[in-house]
Amino acid sequence: MPRPAPGQGIKVNFITREGETVTVEANEGESLLDVARANDLDVEGACEASLACSTCHLILDDDSFSKLEEPSDEENDMLDLAFGLSDTSRLGCQVLMTKELAGLTAKIPSATRNMYVDGAKPKHH
Amino acid sequence: KICSGSEDRVSRSFKVAVVGSGPGGFYTAHRILKQVPQSSIDMYEALPVPHGLVRFGVAPDHPEVKNVINTFDEVAENPNFRFIGNTSVGTFVTPGSKKADLEVADLAQHYDAILLAYGAHEDRVLGVPNEKSLRGVMAARSFVGFYNGLPSEQDLDVDLSKTDTAVVIGQGNVALDVARILLTPLEDLKKTDLTEKMIKILEKSTVKHVHVIGRRGPLEVAFTSKELREMLQLPGTTFHMDRNLLASEMERAGKSLDRPRKRLMGLLEKGIKESKPNQPKSWSLQFLRSPLEFSGDGKDGTLKAIKLGINRLEGEDNNRRAAATGAKEELECGLAFRSIGYKSVGIQGVPFDSRKGIVPNVDGKVIDENSNIVPGLYASGWLKRGPIGVIASTMADAYQTADTIISDWTRGEPMLDSLSSGGAPVLDILRSKGHKVVSYQDWKKIEQKEFEMGTRLGKPREKFVSVDEMLKAID
Ligand SMILES: Cc1cc2nc3c(=O)[nH]c(=O)nc-3n(C[C@H](O)[C@H](O)[C@H](O)COP(=O)(O)OP(=O)(O)OC[C@H]3O[C@@H](n4cnc5c(N)ncnc54)[C@H](O)[C@@H]3O)c2cc1C
Ligand code: FES
Repeated sequence: MPRPAPGQGIKVNFITREGETVTVEANEGESLLDVARANDLDVEGACEASLACSTCHLILDDDSFSKLEEPSDEENDMLDLAFGLSDTSRLGCQVLMTKELAGLTAKIPSATRNMYVDGAKPKHH
Repeated sequence: KICSGSEDRVSRSFKVAVVGSGPGGFYTAHRILKQVPQSSIDMYEALPVPHGLVRFGVAPDHPEVKNVINTFDEVAENPNFRFIGNTSVGTFVTPGSKKADLEVADLAQHYDAILLAYGAHEDRVLGVPNEKSLRGVMAARSFVGFYNGLPSEQDLDVDLSKTDTAVVIGQGNVALDVARILLTPLEDLKKTDLTEKMIKILEKSTVKHVHVIGRRGPLEVAFTSKELREMLQLPGTTFHMDRNLLASEMERAGKSLDRPRKRLMGLLEKGIKESKPNQPKSWSLQFLRSPLEFSGDGKDGTLKAIKLGINRLEGEDNNRRAAATGAKEELECGLAFRSIGYKSVGIQGVPFDSRKGIVPNVDGKVIDENSNIVPGLYASGWLKRGPIGVIASTMADAYQTADTIISDWTRGEPMLDSLSSGGAPVLDILRSKGHKVVSYQDWKKIEQKEFEMGTRLGKPREKFVSVDEMLKAID
């Protein structure tokens, strides 16, 4: 899908794993997963929006979450497997952007910590 | 020789060998290729065909799960990636194992890092009488391998026409996969990539009732709601389970249940309530039961019944144990599938923790028995963490290992020393021995033929089920 012309799209904020807020623009009808991918944000989407993976998990702001219809049973089944599940969790591939959702904020859940890279190393030879 | 220092690493290429082409291997390769532009990766796979359990484990009626293959294909298109199929690395240490095509030591001098991602292929046994000797008792994993076309399982003795009752021991997703394949209407399965060989067997199947047995209670089941929901939606199939046990367990757990457990228990409750009685087929969940012995017909050595010990639960919440009450019962059945987990096996020249069944590691960095790091060796996937978790968790875990590898490379930590060569000499050695190597392009040819055979049969793909057929398809 072509990107909206600057200022013409629906504004969406993503909070990256590093805690940085990035504001991008979405087309109407586009999923949050597609928006994230189009803007090179680190959201996986391993099963390509077929409700079989949970790797497109996002945590929404309360207000936007409550504007949405309840997730389907199938979406909830996958959310149950998501890492860092919260009360306002959704699968990015299932949330379609509408004008009412302008200003939505989606946090990309942080991945598992890597103690090794963080410096807690085992001894060397 | 071990190489260290970051200066020379800036300019030269970073050579990585990956052993195993399942999600553990592919997702790690994906991350490294993305973050280290000068990396080059050779992926060794024992079979001529890639993708591990995505091809040979994931159920045929779950094609959406296999969409992950598109990402693997993208990885394989990277010019710095090479698939070396039909080539095993590392002879397994179990007695009687076939010698591998290459040992880890053969690779060490050609790469900076070796990633082990060969999975967990051995299944756990119950260790009760007649488990191995009776016809009709088998590992769920073998059965799954059989119907998914895994070459090494094609001689499995599968006959579903002698009994109306099957038992699955274990209550995880693989157990439900097996139960679902046995009870799903055949017309539906014919539209999947289930092998024709299995379809022929299912055409003669007389199995109508499947009992899925666990040693603990409903709160301890390992399957997830998607798989349970599918079981509850099977047409013409009654669902049975102990309503009182569920109620008392839910009451005991009270508010301590997390959301996934709560939804799962709710689904069980609903399943019991809405189950239509007296359907032609049925399935049940049975709890607090441990197999004590398989018994058979003396004449033809076929399974006739399982003796079960009845348990009660003891210990703390979240960590409850099954303790035998001493009471026993017998369950008649002609088929039993053992689905109580897997384990990895060690290979020569690599540390292995046989108690945990993994290669010992810190976030993917292999360590030896004295907790010293082993330069240049890494682990990922089920071999790293143990055989649990879906593809999504294997992915997160593979990315963690990739970060560990990338960190060692960029910080100039000791690794192996590839300055000599890279993988080409390894390929030369293999070819000079007359060994046939399969590339990703070759695999795509095999796959194309599988698609064509599938089209003729009205299904997405018909798999080749022997290594010979796979290799012939390339010529
Ligand atoms: C029956 C079954 C069904 C499943 N269904 C699902 C599902 O529906 N959804 C889901 O998300 N997850 C599912 N899983 C889990 C998922 O398959 C695993 O999380 C994942 O495949 C583990 O990846 P891995 O790379 O560690 O191992 P594997 O996928 O097992 O890959 C290991 C690879 O290494 C190769 N290999 C082995 N030894 C050697 C050697 N010596 N040299 C070279 N290569 C070697 C093997 O041939 C294999 O290709 C299922 C698992 C099973 C067992
Ligand atoms: S992309 Fe897999 S569930 Fe959304």
